[in-house]
Parts: sequence; C-alpha cells; structure tokens
Amino acid sequence: MEQIPILKVGRCLLVSIQIDMHDKLALALQDDLTQKLVETRARGVLIDISALDLVDSFIGRMLSNIAAMARVLDAQTVVVGMRPQVAITLVELGLTLTGIQTALDVDRGLALINRLIDAEGEDGAGGAH
Amino acid sequence: MVASTTSRIPDLLEKHQSKLLASWLERQLASSSLRSGQIGEDELKEQSQKFLREFIAGLKSAPADDITEQSWRQVRELLSEFSHSRALQGFTPSETATFIFSLKEPLFTLLREEIKADAQALGEEIWTATRLIDKFGLFTAEIYQQSRDEIIKRQARELLELSTPVVELWHKILAIPLIGTLDSERTQTVMENLLNYIVKSGAEIAIIDITGVPTVDTLVAQHLIKTVSAARLMGADCIISGIRPQIAQTIVHLGLQLDVVSKATMADAFALALKRTGQVVTRAAARPA
Repeated sequence: MEQIPILKVGRCLLVSIQIDMHDKLALALQDDLTQKLVETRARGVLIDISALDLVDSFIGRMLSNIAAMARVLDAQTVVVGMRPQVAITLVELGLTLTGIQTALDVDRGLALINRLIDAEGEDGAGGAH
Repeated sequence: MVASTTSRIPDLLEKHQSKLLASWLERQLASSSLRSGQIGEDELKEQSQKFLREFIAGLKSAPADDITEQSWRQVRELLSEFSHSRALQGFTPSETATFIFSLKEPLFTLLREEIKADAQALGEEIWTATRLIDKFGLFTAEIYQQSRDEIIKRQARELLELSTPVVELWHKILAIPLIGTLDSERTQTVMENLLNYIVKSGAEIAIIDITGVPTVDTLVAQHLIKTVSAARLMGADCIISGIRPQIAQTIVHLGLQLDVVSKATMADAFALALKRTGQVVTRAAARPA
C-alpha cells in the first residue's frame, strides 16, 4: 500500500502530500504522524500540499483533524504551499480551515513554526531540540 | 395591399427628390439633430441624400409592408451604419430617430400638393408612407439600442480589467486599491490577481484599500471576507484600510463582523504591515536645511 513519508526536519515533522488522498490513506497518515510525534517529540508539523490541485471537504477535514491531534500532543501545525485556485475553491465552498496556520512555502512555514514554538515559551519543559 | 402596388409615391419622390431633400434637411436642422458641431451639415446632407436614393430604389422594387425583405437590405444597412455611428457619437435616441421621422412632414406636404384632387387616394398614400417610415424609425431605435448595449458591455469589461490592480508597495507588502462596487465577478478577479501575485512575490501582507468602494453592505462585506480568507489560506495576512466614517457606521449598524484588522488610512495600514514584517523605514541622516 502506498504511504506518505514523514520526515523530521529540526524540531518539525514534514509531511508532503503528493497523491490523491482517500479514507484509508488519511487514517494511516494520522496513525503514522501521531506515532512519529510521540517518538520524536517534535514540536511542529508542516504539511505541504503544493502538489494537490484539488482540496475538497474531505481533505479539509483531514487537515483539521491532524492539526487538532498535533495540538493535543503539543505541536503546532502549519499547512504550506496551497495553490491560488485551491484557495479560491475552498473559500467558495465555505471552508476556511479555521484553526490551521498557513504559509506560502516550506521555508516560510518552517520560520513560522519556529516562531510559534518560541512564542509558546519555555513553559513546554520537555521540548525537543 | 392594392394601394401599395399602385402607389404613386416612388414616382413622386423621384420627381421631387431635390426639393424633398432640401425641406427634409431644413427640418432636421431645425429640430437640432445637428448637435453642436458633432456632425457636419455636409455629412448630414450626404447621409440624407444616400438614404433618400436607397429609399426610392427600395420603394420601386418592393411592397411597403415588410422592411425585412431582401429589397430593403440597402436601406437597412445604411440605417444600421447611421444609427450605430450616432450612438457612438453620443446622440440621444430621439435625436437619432428624428432623422427618419422628420422625413414625414415634407413627404406628406408633397403628397398633399400632388394628390390634392383625390382625398381617398391621398389618405391611402399617406397611410402607406407613414407605416413605412414608422417601421424604419423603430428599426433605427432598435439598432441604436443595440449599439448602446455593446458600448455598455465593452465599458464594463474595460472597467473590470482596469480596476483591479495589485501593487507591490514594499518588500513582502502588497496593496490592492479597490475602486467601485464589489460584485461577485469582480471579487473573483481581485482574488485571482491577489493570490497569483502573492505566489509570485512571496508577499506576507496584503493591504486591501476600500477608499474607492462607495458602499459596504452585507454582500460586499462577504466578498471582502472571502478574499481575506483566501489570502489567509495562502499564508498571507490582510489588512483592510480606507474605511470612511460613514462606512464604519454602516458596518456597525449592519452588525457585520469583518474579522480582520482594519485601519482608517492606507498609511496606518502600511505602518502596521512594516511592523509585522519586521521592517523599518527611517529618515536619512539630517538633510541640509
């Protein structure tokens, strides 16, 4: 079965979605990601969707779920690389992905996550390096 | 229509063509369809002459009933061209239609003079003529309307293209000055332009200036929110600027939640954008007085 690779970059996990999502894959991704988050004690999740030219309510909900799960595990989620057409479609569908941070590309996404983690301060005692 | 087949109008017209033309022109000039030099007297004369010639030719070869017939094609083309150019020059519909309708009086005078004896025939001829001229008058008005519609459509298109620029104000800062009412079509264009520009320039903040938006109602607000949300999905923040006092009041009275940072002026918005992107603009070292 196809799998979506999860890479560790600094304090973050980088997930690049490049194939069509379906239920099973989404569940597998959530499984893998939560597992990895606990394993690596990463503080951020970066989801790159620059390869997707269609984001529907299903993927929107999946992204929200991942963000919520990551938050429970004390990690920030940033979605990066959304295409203009995708953004317009999402807005027309009334899905504004509230509660999810976004950035233009991976670079900015990483910077944003680092800022967010730093802003959260030193209260997160067990943070990874 | 027995009357029209045996009509004497074509012969009479041909015989008195120049006299008719003169008095027709006089009528037209008197009814001030010659708008302050927008159209020359010579041009008018030429148009009238041409029309009269084709009109007579048409009368000779066709029954006066149906102006959509082939034999009236020349006249129709002439009138379309005439009406179209008048519409472009900004004449009013009445001024345009007067061209045709002012032919009635000289024509009827002529008929009265020539067919004085036979009241019955005179009545028939005048009826034939008036019906024909009315039809052509309506035709002119229709073409005029069509031409105006085309102009309006073209202007709307041009306005759409003109009024949605995206300006790169500073490194990472874009400005979108909106002019005119925001409808869904324009919102779509603005959104596409903005998002594409965000990708191209890597901007982080977009300032949407609504100084030129005359009114903000629930629909416009919804369109603004859509644009802001789309930009946010692309990782860019929006600031709305140029909110005039009346508009601030309207927004509150309507209970609209814009849910986005707003500033009164573009300058304030720009200052905030600089602060957010961690940039500073400073005055160069003291200038000589």
